[in-house]
Amino acid sequence: MELVISITIGVLAGSGIWLLLRPRTFQVIIGLSLLSYAVNLFIFGMGRLRVGAPPVLDSSVPGTLAHYADPLPQALVLTAIVISFAMTALFLVVLLAARGLSGSDHVDSVERSQ
Amino acid sequence: MTFADQLIIAPILIPLLAGGLMLLLDGRRREAIAAIGILSTLALLAVAIVLLVTSMEEDPARTLRVYLLGNWSASFGIVLVVDRLAALMLLLTATLGCAALLFALASWHRAGSYFHPLFQFLLMGLNGAFLTGDLFNLFVFFEVLLAASYGLALHGSGRARVSASLHYIVINLAASTLILIGVSLIYGTAGTLNMAALGERIPVLDPSERRLFDIGTSILGIAFLVKAAAWPLGFWLPTLYAAASAPVAALFAIMTKVGFYVILRLGSITTEASGGETMLFAEGWLFTIGIATMCFAAIGMLSSQDMGRLAGYNVLVSSGTMLAAIGLGGTGMTSAALFYLVSSTLTVAAFFLLVELVERGRTPADDVLAVTLEAYGAEEEEVDEENEVGIAIPAIMAVLGVAFLACALLLAGLPPLSGFIAKFALISNLLEQHWLGGGGIVSVQGWILLFVILISGLATVVAVTRAGMRSFWTFTERELPTIRGVELGAVALLLFLCVALTVQAGPVMRFMQVTAHGLELGRPYIGAVQSQPGNGLRQKERTP
Repeated sequence: MELVISITIGVLAGSGIWLLLRPRTFQVIIGLSLLSYAVNLFIFGMGRLRVGAPPVLDSSVPGTLAHYADPLPQALVLTAIVISFAMTALFLVVLLAARGLSGSDHVDSVERSQ
Repeated sequence: MTFADQLIIAPILIPLLAGGLMLLLDGRRREAIAAIGILSTLALLAVAIVLLVTSMEEDPARTLRVYLLGNWSASFGIVLVVDRLAALMLLLTATLGCAALLFALASWHRAGSYFHPLFQFLLMGLNGAFLTGDLFNLFVFFEVLLAASYGLALHGSGRARVSASLHYIVINLAASTLILIGVSLIYGTAGTLNMAALGERIPVLDPSERRLFDIGTSILGIAFLVKAAAWPLGFWLPTLYAAASAPVAALFAIMTKVGFYVILRLGSITTEASGGETMLFAEGWLFTIGIATMCFAAIGMLSSQDMGRLAGYNVLVSSGTMLAAIGLGGTGMTSAALFYLVSSTLTVAAFFLLVELVERGRTPADDVLAVTLEAYGAEEEEVDEENEVGIAIPAIMAVLGVAFLACALLLAGLPPLSGFIAKFALISNLLEQHWLGGGGIVSVQGWILLFVILISGLATVVAVTRAGMRSFWTFTERELPTIRGVELGAVALLLFLCVALTVQAGPVMRFMQVTAHGLELGRPYIGAVQSQPGNGLRQKERTP
């Protein structure tokens, strides 16, 4: 499971960074989204990967991390997802505004001459 | 908990409530919205002054105050911490907020919708970032201030602003992912995100975990260098600040200082715990980056034709100077860097406002003319000089010229204003630390910093003088800018504060020294946060 998760994070982050460096604004926004997925998985992974361990307290089980999944990274991921979602939406608006004002979807708003 | 202790959260709550209230009001009721904005910003200023005065008291329990959110103890909840440094930054933010708002009220706040709510949310994010004692909460406040700053950078719209903001947003989103990676690495190894608890955990970290932890702090440090616009991560800054509307650019002058503040704060907590060496960067890196930033900014200043870009490069100079100064280390350098921070932030903000006033009457054709005159010489002009006898510099240009002169002196660090005192303090500390302190000779790094500070000052003089001559001395037939009293008032307020900083340099410098000394000892900060009683499992364990 560790291998699958780490390969997933690596592939997502790698494609995200590649797309982030591309000249079209749409590629950049997809790159940012992929990068934020990779980071979200990474935060989740930093709480240690556990199978079959609940993050919610049960009164019959002692309250130590040996019996539970760490709930804090899950809460952090939730916050990070909300923030990155909002920022992507905001960036989309700016992207459309730039497209409308300059008539080009190049990140510098001007096409590089051949 | 007394009422005075509850004030700690006020710098976050006041702008949040004010901004929320503005959104509820009908957008056409501009006067009501502006009135709320003024009241809220003034209230922030008052709270910041109270917090600063309290933090100056002798009693150690009053200088470092901890606010537990929801009364959860530090190991479970989020804490806010006010010490001298945080109170100083809050006061600086509120002061800049007042000046920028005053300036905006003349005309700029009508250039687009939602100026006032965004302005309040930016203040809220800044104050929160200065107050919080939790790394993840710091990330959240950073996002709040960045989201508001995206909106404000776009205020007034236009192609240049949208294009510059596009780059700014992408870079900051990428930096935010770096913060998240750093924060999660730190949590994964140290098991806490509370800054004070981190200070306690570092010495007892397992060596195998320690390496991963160091990587985490370094990634976090890089993310904050992006915010501080250090070279080579700060290319976005001059374009964005030049494109942004003047009051927004003036308030943005403090945003690079947030990055610097976090580096200073995290450095202070982790340095003591790890026994002397700073954790964020390997030895000497911060210094090198600071010097590179200063050199880049000096070259940038000399090459900029546009006054807005010139002001933007000045932000980079101040950022670089502070990074290099704290990179060199020592209480004296930190206190001088803090004095420089206050002086340069106020000056750069005043300069941004002033540039807009000077450029107001200007048409694009004027710029072309000025450049051509410079390239081909201005002889042709002198022909009709005889006819021009009797035309004095108009009164408004004279007033602006005097303000411009003051700004030039402050930026370049020439006597007699506070810019000079700040640079003098930096250089004298540099020499004193090594000569009188016992080192014998000034280190190579010390000499490098000394020369780069002086050279960047020279570059500033050349660049600003050239811009000033082009605006005030060259004769161009252009309409005089129409300027309202409040706009001049905002510039005058900032410049007056710089003059006050010069006159009261002694007491201010002593305050900075005490602040820097407090930072040197990370221990009181850690102790105050950890000992604060609150709800949580610890208390339950104690009760039978």
